[in-house]
Amino acid sequence: MIDLTTTYLGLHLKNPLVASASPLSKKVDTVRSLEDAGAAAVVLYSLFEEQITHDSHELDHYLERGTHAYAEAIDYFPDLDHYNIGPEPYLEHLQRVKEAVSIPVIGSLNGISPGGWVQYARFIEQAGADALELNIYYLPTDPDLSSVELEETYIDLVRAVRSNVKIPLAVKLSPFFTSLPNMARRFVAAGANGLVLFNRFYQPDFDLEALEVVPNLDLSTSRDLRLPLRWIALLYGRIQADFALTSGVHTAQDVLKAMMAGASVAMTTSALLQYGPELVTRILGNIEEWMVVHEYTSINMMKGSMSQQAVAEPAAFERANYMKALNSFDPFLS
Amino acid sequence: MERPKVTIEGNEAVAAIAHALSEVIAIYPITPSTPMGEYADAWSAAGRTNLWNTVPVVIEMQSEGGAAGAIHGSLQTGALATTFTASQGLLLMIPNMYKIAGELTPTVFHVAARSLATQALSIFGDHSDVMATRATGFALLASNSVQEAQDMALIAHASTLEARVPFLHFFDGFRTSHEINKIEQLTSDDIRAMIDDALVQAHRGRALSPNHPFIRGTAHNPDTYFQARETVNPFYLACPDIVQKYMDRFAALVGRQYHLFDYTGAPDAERVIIAMGSGAETAQETAEYLAARGEKVGVVKVRLFRPFSVAHFLQALPTTVTSIAVLDRTKEPGSIGEPLYLDVVAALNERAQGSPMPRVIGGRYGLSSKEFTPTMVRSIFEEMRKPEPKQHFTIGINDDVTHTSLEYDPAFSIESGDTVQCVFWGLGSDGTVGANKNSIKIIGEETDNHAQGYFVYDSKKSGSVTISHLRFGPRPIHAPYQIGANEANIVACHQFSFLERYDVLMYAKRGGVFLLDSSYGPDEVWQYLPIETQQEIRDKQLHFYMIDAHKVARETGMGGRINTVMQTCFFAISGILPREKAITQIKQSIRKTYGKRGEAVVQKNFQAIDETLAHLYEVAVPATDAATGAVAATPGQVRQAIPLPMLTRRPPVSSEAPAFVRDVLGPMIALAGDSLPVSALPCDGTYPSGTAQWEKRNISLEMPVWDADICIQCGKCVMVCPHAVIREKVFDAGLLENAPDTFLSADARFKEFPGMKYTLQVSPEDCTGCSLCVEACPVKDKRQVGHKAVNMAEQPPIREREKANWEFFLTLPEVDATNLNLGAIKNSQLLQPLFEFSGACSGCGETPYIKLITQLFGDRMIVANATGCSSIYGGNLPTTPWAINHEGRGPAWSNSLFEDNAEFGLGMRLTLDKQEEYARELIAQCADLVGDELVQALLSTNQSHEAGIRAQRERVAILKQRLERADGSDGRARNLLSVADALERKSVWIIGGDGWAYDIGYGGLDHVLASGRNVNILVLDTEVYSNTGGQASKATPRGAVAKFAARGKATPKKDLGMLAMAYGSAYVARIAMGANDQQTLHAILEAEAYDGPALIIAYSHCIAHGIEMSQGLEQQKLAVQTGYWPLYRYNPALFAEGKNPFSMDSKEPTQPLEKYVYNETRYRMLLQSNEDRAASLLALAKQDVKMRLHQYHEIALEYEPDTAAKPEHEQEQGRS
Repeated sequence: MIDLTTTYLGLHLKNPLVASASPLSKKVDTVRSLEDAGAAAVVLYSLFEEQITHDSHELDHYLERGTHAYAEAIDYFPDLDHYNIGPEPYLEHLQRVKEAVSIPVIGSLNGISPGGWVQYARFIEQAGADALELNIYYLPTDPDLSSVELEETYIDLVRAVRSNVKIPLAVKLSPFFTSLPNMARRFVAAGANGLVLFNRFYQPDFDLEALEVVPNLDLSTSRDLRLPLRWIALLYGRIQADFALTSGVHTAQDVLKAMMAGASVAMTTSALLQYGPELVTRILGNIEEWMVVHEYTSINMMKGSMSQQAVAEPAAFERANYMKALNSFDPFLS
Repeated sequence: MERPKVTIEGNEAVAAIAHALSEVIAIYPITPSTPMGEYADAWSAAGRTNLWNTVPVVIEMQSEGGAAGAIHGSLQTGALATTFTASQGLLLMIPNMYKIAGELTPTVFHVAARSLATQALSIFGDHSDVMATRATGFALLASNSVQEAQDMALIAHASTLEARVPFLHFFDGFRTSHEINKIEQLTSDDIRAMIDDALVQAHRGRALSPNHPFIRGTAHNPDTYFQARETVNPFYLACPDIVQKYMDRFAALVGRQYHLFDYTGAPDAERVIIAMGSGAETAQETAEYLAARGEKVGVVKVRLFRPFSVAHFLQALPTTVTSIAVLDRTKEPGSIGEPLYLDVVAALNERAQGSPMPRVIGGRYGLSSKEFTPTMVRSIFEEMRKPEPKQHFTIGINDDVTHTSLEYDPAFSIESGDTVQCVFWGLGSDGTVGANKNSIKIIGEETDNHAQGYFVYDSKKSGSVTISHLRFGPRPIHAPYQIGANEANIVACHQFSFLERYDVLMYAKRGGVFLLDSSYGPDEVWQYLPIETQQEIRDKQLHFYMIDAHKVARETGMGGRINTVMQTCFFAISGILPREKAITQIKQSIRKTYGKRGEAVVQKNFQAIDETLAHLYEVAVPATDAATGAVAATPGQVRQAIPLPMLTRRPPVSSEAPAFVRDVLGPMIALAGDSLPVSALPCDGTYPSGTAQWEKRNISLEMPVWDADICIQCGKCVMVCPHAVIREKVFDAGLLENAPDTFLSADARFKEFPGMKYTLQVSPEDCTGCSLCVEACPVKDKRQVGHKAVNMAEQPPIREREKANWEFFLTLPEVDATNLNLGAIKNSQLLQPLFEFSGACSGCGETPYIKLITQLFGDRMIVANATGCSSIYGGNLPTTPWAINHEGRGPAWSNSLFEDNAEFGLGMRLTLDKQEEYARELIAQCADLVGDELVQALLSTNQSHEAGIRAQRERVAILKQRLERADGSDGRARNLLSVADALERKSVWIIGGDGWAYDIGYGGLDHVLASGRNVNILVLDTEVYSNTGGQASKATPRGAVAKFAARGKATPKKDLGMLAMAYGSAYVARIAMGANDQQTLHAILEAEAYDGPALIIAYSHCIAHGIEMSQGLEQQKLAVQTGYWPLYRYNPALFAEGKNPFSMDSKEPTQPLEKYVYNETRYRMLLQSNEDRAASLLALAKQDVKMRLHQYHEIALEYEPDTAAKPEHEQEQGRS
């Protein structure tokens, strides 16, 4: 009997495959199909504080603009009794998802202000989330803002949320920290139960014909796995937290690699967006198949088995390996 | 019983009663009654029930005529029904009012009484509309204040049920309808106690029903009509007592006792004024003031004007009266006197014989909300003392023509010392009025004070000035007039630049407070004040406070809205509440108002409040000029030896303006139009064209600046400019000799103008800063793609420079259009716009179309303009945008009404056609006078092109010269002279919005399209009634939220173009300048060239869509790209050429509909309030798009000539 179970953020999961935050979770039905396909848990799409603030300001702006200026048109819109502006629709959706599925549901929060983080985290907890993933994404553009200040801000945010909610907390972070291990440790010290590696950033593109900057969305491929794989392998055993690997999880092999690096769960989005929820079933089947062939009886057996501390050649993860890799590349060989 | 005290406006007070006592409410927007319909609609949409716990049906109709018809039908079938209206809207109801009254049907029409459009339209208050209905058989019940408007509304509803006489309950437009006052609100128990359900059931029992059928509405013959008409007498005789009965019941219930005629003043009064409406309040206040000082004066306030009860009237009148002045707020030219005067005279005539007859004079006051103040009342009382008082006098104006007016002392005031009076000057967009409405509500509801707010708005839609008048104090505030000169305890100016233009401190009383929003700090602000302002601060010993409110607002995320900041300052300075409490109250009120829009909005406002006090300063006023180092000077003089440069207030218009502009329009611009005498104004409503150029409003802090190096001279920026402030010219290089140094030019890139120079120039003082030109500019600097060929820059530093450049630009000759290919945008934009600098919203989506048409045909166009936005920015005084070219030609413009515009324009065409025909007939008979050759040339002219038109003009000029010289003895020459101009081609344009074309005027429009006459109809389709504030029309698209469609419009937009195409004989085009300017230009040229009716439906982005106006063009593009607004032209002239008359000018949709709709608040707010409904309406809207496109493709195929329908080889197969 193959044992696929794993533990993530204190949640006992039937397997290590988790559907990460994506538009797929915007519909209750899709979440249900993810569960039916075998997903062990689902991270709900992110509640964006900016979006709420932006919608709110925008509504206010257009309802107020031009009002009380001209005698015949004191205003231009009926001011309705109620607007679903704010976190309510997200929270209601979370509740509906909770009612619809039995797998754990992890809320996701993408915030900007200290007050916002705490307030919305509380709301998500109250709405019944089994855990909360904090999606920390800040693009610094101010040359006067030092990395020390920015890092402090992040840590303060996690600390503030931790002291206000009881549910397990994961921090989804970016790979662009000067000292990632140090940041990882500080996040955990601030109260994170788990770390999700890594956030993918959507980079804008240029339209050369229109000479405009345009938004661009690329789905990940299995190649994107390598960055989080390396870092989880490096951090596993050094940082006392659960790890979730996200970015580039498309196949059973990707999940197996994640486990061996030390992740508790592998999260997938792009593949699901491409192939639909049924992909989960296929991946899980392939995992089992591989484990049988390779005589693994449980996920726990392989967890961290190829982390830096566990491999025969720890330097493979470090700088020396970089030189080796560079030297091994010869374009003329192929 | 304790009743809630609320601080609300008259419209809301009335609507609440009407809604509680109705089952069917038919509405149509018309100022100033619109808010009543809006309240009723919003309440029903939110599920608010009436007295019988059921939600009234509210239906918007296509016109007031339609509303009255719907009400009539509802009443006939037994519903309790009501409507709200004003002015010409009420006039449209008159035919049904006769029927409703004739059939003895209980109902109440609530009317915010407004002037009628006569020599001019006016949206403001008087009783002209109500008086026009006095023969209908409706009872006319007046209320004089916000409290009374509520109370009388209930008394009217109660009375009508018993009397069976329908009621028109009226109160003064704006003065009462829009005044906010603290009133005691009636409870549902009160309403319950006033309404007898048995009467309601009796009304239902009289209803038409197939279950107990009868016929109502028969036609009578001479034998019985007369007698039948007299059958209603008992009801009218009983009506006054019934009303008094309900007034008494109301008094017993609520404590406020009203009578049909209420007398107030000295019990032994000898001089009595009789009046109704809010003016009666002023008369009462003044009479009581004078009576308390021993004068034997009093006032009779008329409440029930019809049926007029002589007995009740005589009872109210003191027996001691010897002299009566009857005041009417209306004018009936040609009558012996106005209606109330005539009734009073008649009533006195009916007294018992032998009673001494007092002397009665009549007078007019307060037309179009003209101020009516205590000093005017006193003046009337004084007049009544005279041995020969003026009969049929006027008060409040200076009639120097027929000398009807009475003089009055502007300094007289009866204001009590314990009322605090505050005046706030705001810029339309800054939120000042909103903040003051909030403040007065806080004062009214959170303190023991009584409170009143009245708001004076501008007639411009952009950069408008608002003046808020707030009063509060321990006693009820009845003063239905504005705060006068030298009376305000606090004057706040929320826009520094007003000091340059207006006498802001005129209102301030000695020792009062002046609060200024200034970007200059407390240490420097003094030196930047105009010298007149400094003088006034000193003279009146004002306490001077300042805050940089715009900075606080900007830094706290409030943008340009300084409302919260200034409101906080007001409370901090006024001391009406302890600061902490005031701040708590402001915050509470903000949470109440904005909470539902999200916490972020609330927090932003809170932050603004918290930041305010730290930035509020009291400015030390220099004791003397010596203290500032400046030399004293009298206003207007230039100061010498100045360490501190001084401004003086600017004249409203340049001294170079024509005398009429300077002397008549100038005072209006300076807000001193009240001072103009009768003789200053035209007697027939005729005003000179092209006056907007003289009103330099300087309302934008930004303006576009041209980069001559990268400009490709495409003309697109010129084309889209809503205010015609950006223009281009091509000219000889030699003309640059006298140009200012900073005047820019480039080599002209026009093949028609080799070797010439080109300039793009902006008028800095007319620009509204909308930046549509920048959006339209297709050029991107290769080194910096954000930089275009026109870019917005700060205006103040370059204002003077660009002003000089603009003035030079105007001296350059206009381009001769004779041989120019006008089908090219860049050429068309060289033509002079004859519609410029209108008061339309900044970034308006309508005006660029109008402007383009004036460029193309302005020198020969005559315009019929439907009432609405375009008639307001096109024809509202003081200045108007329709202009004149260097030859003295230009569009001739007129606005008739809202509903009849198509017919109005058709009438213009009929005249032109008839006169042309007549002229041609006369010419044929005048060869002996003017010569054969000329006759032939005039008759055989081809005016299908610019050169032909010009040639004909020259011929007509010669014709006129010869006719002038001809022997006039036989009359032919005189006759022909008077119609000779008709030989020149004229272009008739019928212009209006969608409210007119799709709704109220559709019948006429349809008829004109069917007439075959050569008129051009431009529908500026904003998809809502923009001018009255965004009510749904039949042009409103499915899924959009609008007023009267608060849940999102459920039905699709009417396809007006399709209906017009059905005739097969009308030219039809659907255009969107932002999506395809070339197609727009082609359509307009084709429409004008088409010898028959032409309909152009122009997508006009609008403030009521909830988009950034600077993005309007982009949004038009999306409307087309998503298939929402397909572009097409249908030209029946192509039939003759064997061609398909229909051409689709836009491609298949390339974008999803969501991309267009969810850019706009009108759609987004449905998504944000009712996601499921938004989704289902969006799905239907997508189907609409599909279906419409399919229909157009079908039309295209239907008209496809047979030869093109099949490939050649298939045709051959078919033949075999």
